[in-house]
Amino acid sequence: MIVRILGEGQLTVDDALSTELNELDAKLQAALNAGDEKAFRRALAGLLSRVRAAGTPIAADSLEASDVILPYSEASMDDVRALLTDDGLIPG
Amino acid sequence: MSVVKRVSMIFKAKANKALDRMEDPRETLDYSYQRQLEMLTQVRRGVADVATSRKRVELQMNTLQQQQDKLDRQARQALGGGREDLAREALTRKSALQGQISDLQTQYQSLQADEEKLTAASQRLQAKVEAFRTQKETIKATYTAAEAQTRIGEAVSGISEEMGDVGMAVQRAQDKTAQMQARAGAIDELMASGALDDVTAQPNDDIQRELDQMGGGHDVDRELAQMKAEIGGGEAPREIEGSAPGAPGTTSNGQAGQAADQPQTGDGA
Repeated sequence: MIVRILGEGQLTVDDALSTELNELDAKLQAALNAGDEKAFRRALAGLLSRVRAAGTPIAADSLEASDVILPYSEASMDDVRALLTDDGLIPG
Repeated sequence: MSVVKRVSMIFKAKANKALDRMEDPRETLDYSYQRQLEMLTQVRRGVADVATSRKRVELQMNTLQQQQDKLDRQARQALGGGREDLAREALTRKSALQGQISDLQTQYQSLQADEEKLTAASQRLQAKVEAFRTQKETIKATYTAAEAQTRIGEAVSGISEEMGDVGMAVQRAQDKTAQMQARAGAIDELMASGALDDVTAQPNDDIQRELDQMGGGHDVDRELAQMKAEIGGGEAPREIEGSAPGAPGTTSNGQAGQAADQPQTGDGA
């Protein structure tokens, strides 16, 4: 599958990794629900570094859409909440 | 639904929203391409803005670093002259500057990282825009309207996602740059108003003045000692002999010379 890390670009990640990524995603969700910024930052860093380590960057001139889109590395809980709102986040 | 699934879904929906409007799908290609070129300009401008900001922070960092070096030199100078109190004052002021410098260093690194990220994003987008342009011409030339629609959808959604991402990255960098510019502006203003001088430049002057006085004092002592030696020792007669024939008794110098000369003139005659 193709994963985009916002601000960093797209990577191809083996589908076999999805179980592990789902677990990391669940941690992220739990931290967000609990409003625990520290745990959230840790979970996001863990998720992104796993994807970076396991993925292969795709060619810059590829026009493929991603299957999964991950928040940018410095995103706070508020930033991610903003990503989940309906308006305004993507300019233009 | 998980965070990642929601982010993915909403992001893609937003990225593609702008492109559903065209009646003729081929128009969508041209419209998208125009948007891509605009976005490229925008991201390049973003890179330039961040670079400008970074250079400004660098200049301020250098200025404060120079102040710090100066205080360090002054401390050494003061200590060499036996003025530990002055050395302590200089070092105290030097350490007060460290906070400012560390803060600027953090800003600098952050801006540098942003600049690198945006530069990379700009290159990625550039490559994709090139690829899109080629594909756009192929689609227009080769496919029927019905076939084209699917291919256009694929090409456009891929690049729309990239544009949404780059657009956000530029926005984030600009927000951050604006904040840092405001802080850098505040430091510039402080420097200009002299308020920061109370911590840096002004005290330096105090210390420097004292150091100068200290140095000056030494010079006076040295000169005095030298004069005493001259008057009391064997050096003195030669100089006085030189001036004596010109105007004996006409100046106070001459008088003093004569007075000191008295016991020796007999020797000379």
